[in-house]
Amino acid sequence: MTAQEVRLCGLLLQEHFGNVVEKVGTHLIRSGVLTLRALAHETKLPLDLVKKSLCVLVQHGMCTFGAGRRGPAGPVEYRINCERVFHMLRYPRYIYTAKSLYGDTGELIVEEILQRGQMTMSSTVKTVADRLTHNMPEGQSMDYSEVVSAFSQLVETHFLQRCPLASAGSSSSGAVDTPLPVATQPTEPESHPDCYKLPYINLTGQGKRRRSSEDGEADQCAAKKCGDDRIYWQVNFQRFHLHFRDQAIISAVSCKLDQSSSEIVRTMLRMSEVTTPAHAAFTQALSANEIFRALLSSYNIARPILDQYLSLLVDDPMEFVGKTGDSGGGMYVVNLHRALANLARATLESVVQERFGSRSARIFRLLLRKRHLEQKQVEDFAMIPAKEAKDMLYKLLSENLVQLQEIPKTPDYAPSRTFYLYTVNQLPTARLLLQHSYKTVGNLMERRLYETKENKRLLEKSQRIEAILASLQATGAEAAQLTEVEEMITVPERQQLESLRHHINKLDSSENQVDETIFLLKSYINSTQASL
Amino acid sequence: MAGRGRGQLTFSVEIVGIGKGENLPPSSVQPTPLFPPLAQKPVPLQTGEEAEYMLALKQEFRGAMKTLPFYIRPAAPKKGQFGVKDELCHKHGFAYMVAESPAVPKQPKQPRVDKEEIIRKLETLEQKEEDGSSDEEEGEKKKPEEEEAEGEEGYDEEEFEDETDYIMSYFDNGDEFGGDSDDNIDEAIY
Repeated sequence: MTAQEVRLCGLLLQEHFGNVVEKVGTHLIRSGVLTLRALAHETKLPLDLVKKSLCVLVQHGMCTFGAGRRGPAGPVEYRINCERVFHMLRYPRYIYTAKSLYGDTGELIVEEILQRGQMTMSSTVKTVADRLTHNMPEGQSMDYSEVVSAFSQLVETHFLQRCPLASAGSSSSGAVDTPLPVATQPTEPESHPDCYKLPYINLTGQGKRRRSSEDGEADQCAAKKCGDDRIYWQVNFQRFHLHFRDQAIISAVSCKLDQSSSEIVRTMLRMSEVTTPAHAAFTQALSANEIFRALLSSYNIARPILDQYLSLLVDDPMEFVGKTGDSGGGMYVVNLHRALANLARATLESVVQERFGSRSARIFRLLLRKRHLEQKQVEDFAMIPAKEAKDMLYKLLSENLVQLQEIPKTPDYAPSRTFYLYTVNQLPTARLLLQHSYKTVGNLMERRLYETKENKRLLEKSQRIEAILASLQATGAEAAQLTEVEEMITVPERQQLESLRHHINKLDSSENQVDETIFLLKSYINSTQASL
Repeated sequence: MAGRGRGQLTFSVEIVGIGKGENLPPSSVQPTPLFPPLAQKPVPLQTGEEAEYMLALKQEFRGAMKTLPFYIRPAAPKKGQFGVKDELCHKHGFAYMVAESPAVPKQPKQPRVDKEEIIRKLETLEQKEEDGSSDEEEGEKKKPEEEEAEGEEGYDEEEFEDETDYIMSYFDNGDEFGGDSDDNIDEAIY
């Protein structure tokens, strides 16, 4: 774990779970694996707070536990899964995707499960139905069956999955009979055969409108056994990531070529959704006949046009689509890893362009394409005067985006008899930019916390006044009283509040956008590791 | 060879492109400024319905997390109030949590409790004649309950005030005893 990653994890944990969990989590990340007692001792927090924090982290899937170094007889050891903590940055994107695919119901289901880490199907359905009913006009309510069908769709398309159990046997006896998995190898949720099987639950009814707080108690007491006790569901992040990757490829094709070719690629990806494993380098081979049959009629693409588009896609230098055979009118695959590499490369080039200018970007692209070039060759190929080319190269070198490679002619590395070549390596540069992105998000979050803290007094005042206004309106006060309360905030204070809101919105949006870059670079880096 | 005069480099600078006698930029003697002026203006943020909706989702999520029980505040939990762990353990039935080995009871507590009980017994024996048999039973049950219900803070203050071996309430003259109500005898104390 790099320092920037640890810092970002700490900020994310603090934002969502508070300072105590942040302290526990950060310490556990830094130390690797620890037992409960060691953790409590080193963080100097009371034992029960440490236990609570670990429970929260386990609930959200960020902490795993298992048999420690001393084997099953020794104390249990805990470790943090940092990747899961970083996913918290992407929660709005997951929720938005669920909304675009399955409507408001899907959006609320995913949001509830993300907020609570794991939930049973029945409790999710009830909570979501209540929330939807709350937003509906008076007299209407959301039926449970609609929510159940949305939930089933999410499970069928693998966006939700069952949580893996820690120990297979019941632990009511206190003694754990089955050996716990070692802390370094958590059980994969997909290894469970019923991972995507919906439980049969007996759940009928409609969402209740929450009128007063005493209804909540009654609901909890009447929590009937719906038949799915102990079956918890979590969000399948990998599936969402595959979906984002497909979206990125489709939008890249539509930018580079045109809308129709992007629709063809979308169809190809949709057809191979279930047959392609998660880390595959390319999709299953699809014949042109199959693609034609699967194309939606609304696209209005005739068969010869389809063939032309496919050959265009194959010839494109970005190599999104490849041809693997001639049977069935031509066998085509989508090159997933190559597409990710190209997207990462485009990201790197764009970063250089925006930071150093288009001529530096030209040099960068040149070096990416030609691998190793001497100083003189760089000046010639890039068509940039020597002095400026030198300046730009050194600036890129100082930022570590370009490296110097020595090729000796003689074994003694004599300077006059050695070639010095400039080069760009895509993978290390991508890793460097990924760390920069983590640092950027950390800085954005800290600035947002700072801005909030600076204006805390003002924010609290405005919240109090809003609460007073709301209560006055509920009890039916006159307009004069309302304006009097509103005037308690002076005009310059109002302006200050407005600018504060503007800044915080800007910082939040920036975090969302940097996260898109993080996703792309991380997918590229993971894809190269998978193929090694 | 190495170290022969200052400014000797290990490679010839002509190769990397710096000509002889050319003016190099002056070396900097201080760290780079915290907010250096940008050569190019940064690209404006994405706007549009999607970006705004995701922004709203992010802020709502943050607000919602603060109200959920997963947001742990540093205040210590009061006695008798279920914490998050108990809630979760009841929900999950220990399927997800491995029971930790029970805490070893702290040794220093034992002598205190023993002394307490001895002193209680002495006091009840004193009061035996005044209150009669029925009150005595209530008193025995109540006194250890009362004392334990006071809490550890009461304990520590009493014991360590003067660093004596005797509990400070030993020196009370028994006037306060029996003044509390006799209700809620069945109230369980933890």
